[in-house]
Amino acid sequence: MNLFIPNPKEAESIHILREVAAQFERPVLLFSGGKDSITLVRLAQKAFYPAKIPFPLLHVDTGHNFPETIEFRDQLVKELGLELIVRNVQDSIDQGKVREEKGRYASRNSLQTTTLLDAIEEFKFDACIGGARRDEEKARAKERVFSVRDDFGQWDEKNQRPELFDMLNGKIQVGQNVRVFPISNWTELDVWEYIRTENIAIPSIYFAHKREVFFRDGLIWTANEYVYREPHEKVIEKWVRFRTVGDMTCTAAVLSEATSLDEVVAEIRESTISERGARIDDKRSEAAMETRKKVGYF
Amino acid sequence: MDIQNRKLIKIATAGSVDDGKSTLIGRLLYDTHSLTTDKIEAIERSSKQRGYDYLDFSLATDGLVAEREQGITIDVAHIYFNTDKTNFIVADTPGHVEYTRNMVTGASTSQVAIILIDARKGVIEQTYRHFFIANLLRMSHVVVAINKMDLVDYSEDVFLKIKADFGALVEKSNFSEEQITFIPVSALKGENIARQSKEMPWYVGNTLLDHLEVLEPEDLQESTTARFPVQYVVRPKTEAFHDFRGFSGKLYGNFLRVGDRVSVLPSGNETTVKSIHFFDQKLDSAAPGSSIVITLEDEVDCSRGDMIVKVGEEPRSEKSISATICQVNAKNLRVGQKYILQHGVNRVLAKIDLIEAKVHADFSGAEESDQLKLNDIGKVQLRLSKPVHFDSYHSNKSNGAFILIDEGSFDTVSVGFIE
Repeated sequence: MNLFIPNPKEAESIHILREVAAQFERPVLLFSGGKDSITLVRLAQKAFYPAKIPFPLLHVDTGHNFPETIEFRDQLVKELGLELIVRNVQDSIDQGKVREEKGRYASRNSLQTTTLLDAIEEFKFDACIGGARRDEEKARAKERVFSVRDDFGQWDEKNQRPELFDMLNGKIQVGQNVRVFPISNWTELDVWEYIRTENIAIPSIYFAHKREVFFRDGLIWTANEYVYREPHEKVIEKWVRFRTVGDMTCTAAVLSEATSLDEVVAEIRESTISERGARIDDKRSEAAMETRKKVGYF
Repeated sequence: MDIQNRKLIKIATAGSVDDGKSTLIGRLLYDTHSLTTDKIEAIERSSKQRGYDYLDFSLATDGLVAEREQGITIDVAHIYFNTDKTNFIVADTPGHVEYTRNMVTGASTSQVAIILIDARKGVIEQTYRHFFIANLLRMSHVVVAINKMDLVDYSEDVFLKIKADFGALVEKSNFSEEQITFIPVSALKGENIARQSKEMPWYVGNTLLDHLEVLEPEDLQESTTARFPVQYVVRPKTEAFHDFRGFSGKLYGNFLRVGDRVSVLPSGNETTVKSIHFFDQKLDSAAPGSSIVITLEDEVDCSRGDMIVKVGEEPRSEKSISATICQVNAKNLRVGQKYILQHGVNRVLAKIDLIEAKVHADFSGAEESDQLKLNDIGKVQLRLSKPVHFDSYHSNKSNGAFILIDEGSFDTVSVGFIE
């Protein structure tokens, strides 16, 4: 007899994904190519097996993604026979809807919001599934699993529906949509341990590799044409890896020699800097994330 | 140990604004090395800016900007930490009178409540309210953490007095003595949190962390009757799985095995469990808490909202229910009003037939009332458009609770516990 002991966090995430498929007409999974959204894809496979994942993937491409991530994305979609929708921040810029940031900390990260909201409108998505976790950042600690947004994608932290037991209320009015966070209760370590246990493939930039980088504000930046660099900021080659795979312009590397999943997990366990510590966009101010969320950032 | 075999313990914390709840959680995070250097640095910076001469761990948990300005927490925040053996989730809920809603919410997903008492103040009205909610939700364990012991010279007499006062409350509740644990602590100084206090040699029990670590997860020890609410029908319609028709859902209450005779509600059709699947594995049995897919021997009518149970273990199926309700929305609940009632994943229409009484949330009795306002708790009778298949909350938590959804705004306005 095989005694199957459920992993409670995995069971909860699968329950949430099935509620999305059952309660919404046009759900979509927001896919960044990062480890959290890759984990979501695996959970969705498990939720609906042997049927296919019953919703498409949406990637909001800033054009500044690591090429390794894009390659990985296309491979995964092909292997699993998923439907992928890509919408580009460059198009929003060309249409004059958003303006490219300039200078030292220029990034397209916050420009993604407009492209995302346009895609939601274009496809009439009523539920957007994302890989955000409550342990990432203080403002996320209070996020709901089903987070109702208005027409403008806005989040009102004072007016959130209480979530009792595991009953999820996804009923919405016309114009509203819901952001769904199935791995709300996972920590960074949970995600890494799951990837290791399940042997899930992830983009190569999560593992240590040699890269041309430069140092600024105590952080390690990728040196290439998309990342603004002062003439005095010297480019050197280092062994690094990434803990998140956002834009090249807002994702700092960490020094590492971890080339296997076991080594990465061991490093995360030992690590004393939070994952978002390497997110340059959060450093702008203490309340940075909360402000971005209010205006519809994921 | 990794995510697959570390156990998960869910905790709700309750305390008044000044009882040091955020400090306690911050201390737990710090002592389990769950705070990263950048977070500790941020705490040091903020503490210094405010002119404190100690590390203000409460800053590790107070989330939103508005709250930081007021210096209080105003909603349920979730905090995570782990030890080698155990993953913990803390639902941190504020303790003001007006925030019953948040405490009920946090407690609904937790198995153990930590109730904080300021050693200088002892058992106060707030304590009654927090314990009342732990009792209403029938939580498995309550830890009474008597905090700020450093400010009462670590006096055993103070501890014993508070313990005796609290004992009077326990008698009014459904809890047995074994479910309640008293621990004298100083969150600020870290006494009896993760480290046995040298200041209180008279206390021989576990530290808070040790106590939490020896608990067993609730869903694994729950042994009532198996309940399988169908969430979603899986029909691959592929060549390999041409005739596959699986019913997906989360299993509650007890094990389900291949070969079990089951009844599908509401039709009452009987059949046998043909197979149990978890992703690409075929299982002989599934434990409560599993999100699985099952197939049935016979072609019976079964869709979302239906419930699969073992033959002979059928729940009650009624169109009229009595429940204790907690109002979690600013819109008042009144007799005659209609709502969407969500019981698990099933929805029916419901009408409030009668408000029997508004219950005082401090064990002091009840009074007549024609409405329930935000944070009120009351005994209510509801009439339903179709029968739901329920157990009393007392006998089966997951199948004895429901929420009411407003028909206009679709907001969740009430939570109910069926009698």
